[in-house]
Amino acid sequence: MNVAKRTFDAVIVGAGGAGLRAALQLSEAGLKTAVLTKVFPTRSHTVAAQGGVAASLGNTTEDNWHWHMYDTVKGSDWLGDQDAIEFMVKKANEVVVELEHYGMPFDRTDNGKIYQRPFGGHSMNYGQAPVMRSCAAADRTGHAMLHALYQRNVRANTQFFVEWNALDLIRNSEGDVLGVTAIEMETGEVSIFHAKATIFATGGAGRIYYSSTNAFINTGDGLGMAARAGIPLEDMEFWQFHPTGVAGAGVLITEGVRGEGGILRNSSGERFMERYAPNLKDLASRDVVSRSMVTEINEGRGCGPDKDHVLLDITHLAPENIMKRLPGIREISIQFAGIDPIKAPIPVVPTCHYQMGGIPTNYKGQVIVPKDGNPNTPVVGFYAAGECACASVHGANRLGTNSLLDLLVFGKSAGESVVEDFKAGNLSLKPLPADAADVSLARMARLENQKNGTDVHEVRLAMQRTMQKHAGVFRFKDLLSEGAARILEVAEQSLHTEISDKSKVWNTARTEALELDNLIEVAKATMISAEARKESRGAHVRDDAPDTAENPNGRDDKNWLKHTLWYRDGNRLDYKPVNLKPLSDDVEPIALAKRTY
Amino acid sequence: MSINRGRVRWQCRRALLELDLVFMRFLERHFDRLTDDQLADLDDLLRCDDYDLWAFVNGSKACEVDRWKEMVGLLRQR
Repeated sequence: MNVAKRTFDAVIVGAGGAGLRAALQLSEAGLKTAVLTKVFPTRSHTVAAQGGVAASLGNTTEDNWHWHMYDTVKGSDWLGDQDAIEFMVKKANEVVVELEHYGMPFDRTDNGKIYQRPFGGHSMNYGQAPVMRSCAAADRTGHAMLHALYQRNVRANTQFFVEWNALDLIRNSEGDVLGVTAIEMETGEVSIFHAKATIFATGGAGRIYYSSTNAFINTGDGLGMAARAGIPLEDMEFWQFHPTGVAGAGVLITEGVRGEGGILRNSSGERFMERYAPNLKDLASRDVVSRSMVTEINEGRGCGPDKDHVLLDITHLAPENIMKRLPGIREISIQFAGIDPIKAPIPVVPTCHYQMGGIPTNYKGQVIVPKDGNPNTPVVGFYAAGECACASVHGANRLGTNSLLDLLVFGKSAGESVVEDFKAGNLSLKPLPADAADVSLARMARLENQKNGTDVHEVRLAMQRTMQKHAGVFRFKDLLSEGAARILEVAEQSLHTEISDKSKVWNTARTEALELDNLIEVAKATMISAEARKESRGAHVRDDAPDTAENPNGRDDKNWLKHTLWYRDGNRLDYKPVNLKPLSDDVEPIALAKRTY
Repeated sequence: MSINRGRVRWQCRRALLELDLVFMRFLERHFDRLTDDQLADLDDLLRCDDYDLWAFVNGSKACEVDRWKEMVGLLRQR
């Protein structure tokens, strides 16, 4: 079959914050750059980020990057690489001020500086007191950021391929990356994007879980493509959960509801948080509240016909206060739970929110894999940034406002690396193998010709329920090992998906089948990595790895202070050391300690 | 030129989960029965910014464009 070919200096997959920031770097350097995106750029999920972007500007309270670095390493439960973390926190001020110059409408102090607000986990003087480090544009920070970056890219003549779905990574026999295949939804045609450099910025895969705060587009397309092309995925057992998503819908109910006096109750109406956190009760930290909720559900005290959620009760608050202080929450509850929280409590469950793991990269945004004894060998021509990548700055747990910082810093860094590699003559247009598009064409043909196959929606639901039950916010030894077997059964079903609509153009059923191919890789990586990691660390908490004197919080540094690498072939696991050494001599390594707040 | 239904269906994929869920319900109940004129109105409405669209759906902001009102009404149906 004849496949059209387009040639660029660089191709970027994804047009959220990381993709747009990378694209800007390339276009402004004069590289011929294509950005492929399955939705219009300003409809990327970066839009949903509300909290802000962390930078130690010190505009409102004293601050410096050393404190930000300490908070991030501690937040990561020491699984973050300290060279990448130092790089990120040092670059924070630069990328935020740049964004200001691009026209980002940050909130201001009275004297005209960028206003900063406090955020969980960020502190001054190494955990002494809260610090004001988050730069925000009201509660629309991600939205404003994406618009500023998109407009700047239009000015720089970045070429966008909107409503193009990337299919597979193209590698040659040496393993170098030569671009991607992609399908144009409007025509249904498959093309090759042949490039000297390929950057993945495809975001997270939160849709692997049944209850997720993520939009439907978050299907981990870059992770699936990388895994199918033999690139390992790093630390995929680490997912951040938010305690209060609306049961069955996933829409996030902010912590502010409990701040205003909201109470969590079980099936007998008991305020169960009094048992788990006698002092802070419902306002204990996210992970404590989430695990308490799951314990209630697992021990049969959940609510509803399936006893699968708990209730967030604000009926005791004055209706006028709910209307005044929590109007958005009332709208969400009415829309998605069919419940007016003035009259009845809201059903909630811990809900998947953010993916800490991803495609392994270094602080330069180069994708790195073990090769010839070096665990961190760059793959020629391949870069990644944002939630799809694992630099690793978030380690086992991400701090709020560090995700927008991550995508700015590493989007820019990946772009800079491409420009540098390009100028140094390290990147060239390597000949395409004759079979460059064969894998993608075979996938398309399989889907076209499948008979007596499985249903995409049913397989996706089976995957989501398996992940939720077996690898949720609180993990159990037996459930994990059952889950590992179960997810492989679901993966087998996903190989035989069948679609009834075979139309060529704008076939959304086909797009959803292709997305499922990516999701299932992430689901396998998560389950198998989680089953294997026999300690508790950050967001990965196991019942059989409790808090002891030898292993505080269940963390076992002697055996598990290492990054997981999952390979698709044979579901093989490998491990590599955490980099505990900062990038420069400006700072001492942050020594291992128990993570307490 | 007639509007491609598949394209409009795809563009109901949004940046916010709130809207994805609202559109999922809308696609199941109403989409296949929309007339060409209604489809054109929807196509126009979908150009809106996601936060504006969500505000129309949850009622915190009144939709002032006449041709969008019918579609906003269908999206608001629970």
